[in-house]
Amino acid sequence: MKKLLRPKRNVGIVGYGAYVPMYRIKTQEIGRVWGISSFPIKEKSVPGLDEDTITIGIEAARNALRRAKIDPKLIRAIWLGTESKPYAVKPSGTVIAEAIGATPDLDAADFEFACKAGTEAIQAAIGFVGSEMADYAMAIGADTSQGRPGDHLEFTASAGGAAYIIGPKGPDTIAYFEGSYSYVTDTPDFWRRQHEHYPRHGNRFTGEPAYFHQIINAAKGLMEELDYTSNDFDYAVFHQPNVKFPLTVARILGIPKEKVLPGLLSGIIGNTYSGATLVGVSAVLDIAKPGDRILWVSFGSGAGSDAFSLVVQDAIEGKRDLAPKTMDYVNRKKYIDYALYAKSRRKYIV
Amino acid sequence: MTIEKPVIIGAGMIPVGEHWRLSLRDMATEALLNAMEDAGVEKVDSLYVGNMISGPFIEQENLGALIADWAGLGNIPAVKVEAACASGGAAVQEGAKAVMAGLEDVVAVVGVEKMTDAWPSDATRYLAYAADADWELFHGASFVALNALIMRLYMKTHGYTEEDLAYFAVNAHRNGARNPHAMFKREITVDTVLRSPYIADPIKLFDASPMCDGAAAVIITSKEKAKELGVPEGEMVELAGFWRAIDTINFANREDFLTLKAAKVAAEKAYRMAGITAKDIDFFEVHDAFTVMAALSLEALGVAGKGKGAMLAREGQIAIDGDYPIQTMGGLKSRGHPVGATGVYQTVEAVLQLRGKAPKGIQVPDAEIGLTQNIGGTGSNITVNVFRRV
Repeated sequence: MKKLLRPKRNVGIVGYGAYVPMYRIKTQEIGRVWGISSFPIKEKSVPGLDEDTITIGIEAARNALRRAKIDPKLIRAIWLGTESKPYAVKPSGTVIAEAIGATPDLDAADFEFACKAGTEAIQAAIGFVGSEMADYAMAIGADTSQGRPGDHLEFTASAGGAAYIIGPKGPDTIAYFEGSYSYVTDTPDFWRRQHEHYPRHGNRFTGEPAYFHQIINAAKGLMEELDYTSNDFDYAVFHQPNVKFPLTVARILGIPKEKVLPGLLSGIIGNTYSGATLVGVSAVLDIAKPGDRILWVSFGSGAGSDAFSLVVQDAIEGKRDLAPKTMDYVNRKKYIDYALYAKSRRKYIV
Repeated sequence: MTIEKPVIIGAGMIPVGEHWRLSLRDMATEALLNAMEDAGVEKVDSLYVGNMISGPFIEQENLGALIADWAGLGNIPAVKVEAACASGGAAVQEGAKAVMAGLEDVVAVVGVEKMTDAWPSDATRYLAYAADADWELFHGASFVALNALIMRLYMKTHGYTEEDLAYFAVNAHRNGARNPHAMFKREITVDTVLRSPYIADPIKLFDASPMCDGAAAVIITSKEKAKELGVPEGEMVELAGFWRAIDTINFANREDFLTLKAAKVAAEKAYRMAGITAKDIDFFEVHDAFTVMAALSLEALGVAGKGKGAMLAREGQIAIDGDYPIQTMGGLKSRGHPVGATGVYQTVEAVLQLRGKAPKGIQVPDAEIGLTQNIGGTGSNITVNVFRRV
């Protein structure tokens, strides 16, 4: 059976943009409160009191539009992948569509697949544009994720996102998709049931049988179908719940650390969940050269991975400076202590 | 009346670890079939299953029927033996008794535990079922908390530090690093132990054995039957002596909090049955669920004087080339502690040592006699088994 997913017409990214909130908390500060002294990352982003997944999505979408240089009315779908929708029932994609001036002639929806929701939206956009239903679709991955106070997740759950405008492959294409492959199993490693505020997870079960199994199988499946080896890629971006996991994947796949580090931001902004690989790939596009090939593999608990092979095109040179770079957001930071963090994340019950 | 001692003619196990893709029955069957293959037998007369806590962990009891059925052993007698964490050691003894009584010719014993499907907090509660529910658990004690009290008292009474006890973990990991079936195959230092977080002061993460899954099995028969089956003498290991004893289930009721009296009683009887003293034993697989338990075990087994157990570790006498090698395959700390299976893992390891087939670097030279000691509760149910090369 042919595993590769490839649309009828070639499609690519015509615009991309990221956004990361400016507030940071050091994991050492979280550890001080809970009496924990070893940390998976250095610091993580924290959304401001007036920020949520929608506002993050809007900022990222605006940056993507700046680079795409298209009329927002041409965007015929806006799909937001997230697990932290401000409304349980009421779409967030519509708000973003309205904010960027894309309404009303479009489709909008919110996707959920734990941390993989953002790349689910990308897959859907590839199909939407690739099938010639429309010329442009926007896929966003954004989250303001929460970890239970004192839980391991609290050290990494952060906020951020990125938006991608997918269009037909042409002179305006920043990078085109050579193909993709999705790998999914029923693996209950992490979940949040209705009416629960914080997710629960299966501790180390989230590692080998969940994260590593899906990501490695997705990456290998894609490479086999494209007849590539890890040497054919100039960059690799893997889902990054911490720093150790994606580097371990790289080692298993035989990809040198240097190809992973440019898109590995979790050590300094945390795990932006649905936004994680989208933000990582945006940081790579900010520095990539035409001709570079990028391996992009997401992971979502539950569980599954989407793997993409992207080839950077000449248009990157004229577009990357049209919006703030991802590292501009990463380096723009203001530290807060646990008390302010708890207030920002509405952990005080009054 | 002299009763002939039984022999172990087959040993099998699966690596200890987090077996996400194996169920309890899969693990037990694999270990059991490995042991049967090792023994060269295709059927057994009965099955004894060492398991502590399958009910709460995986909602499965009646393990005798489950495993015998799954392994295709036919309509044989099969039963679960439960003695808390000493279930494995007790199951080996019950299997041996059946052979010694002449009721069954070839007996299979499998120890199995599936722990990692449960939430850690739930698992901690289930393990505490080995304590006194009315007088200990009701007041909020967990197993690690009770052992923390013991460790604190041991250090205070005998003037030891946390560093002194850390040497037990270092030794276990040194040996476990060379055991392909161990859960943690890496060496650690005293610093690793001391830098690890407290889980119940003064017990740190690296003072404690891990929650894990595992299964190990042995085949027991008489010497006569073993010869009839064509088992070479070098492959047989005699269960030369064994006993088990209980102590107060409520730790607070002990006359002496720092003496494992049940181990002492069991060891004296097992030594007498084997016709040996502690000095004759070449290696010891003791129950180091927590480092302090290794120290107390060495004292109860007569290897070290009262309060001197930790000294042996600090002086390096417990290393493979020391006078009293312990945890030769990693012990509970490094090989892992799938609770009800642990006693059978210890048995398999003793068999490998006495056959001269321990992995490179952890074979005790010219080992003739080995001992396994398996503790249930905080010392309320303890088995001691003495094995001898045939």
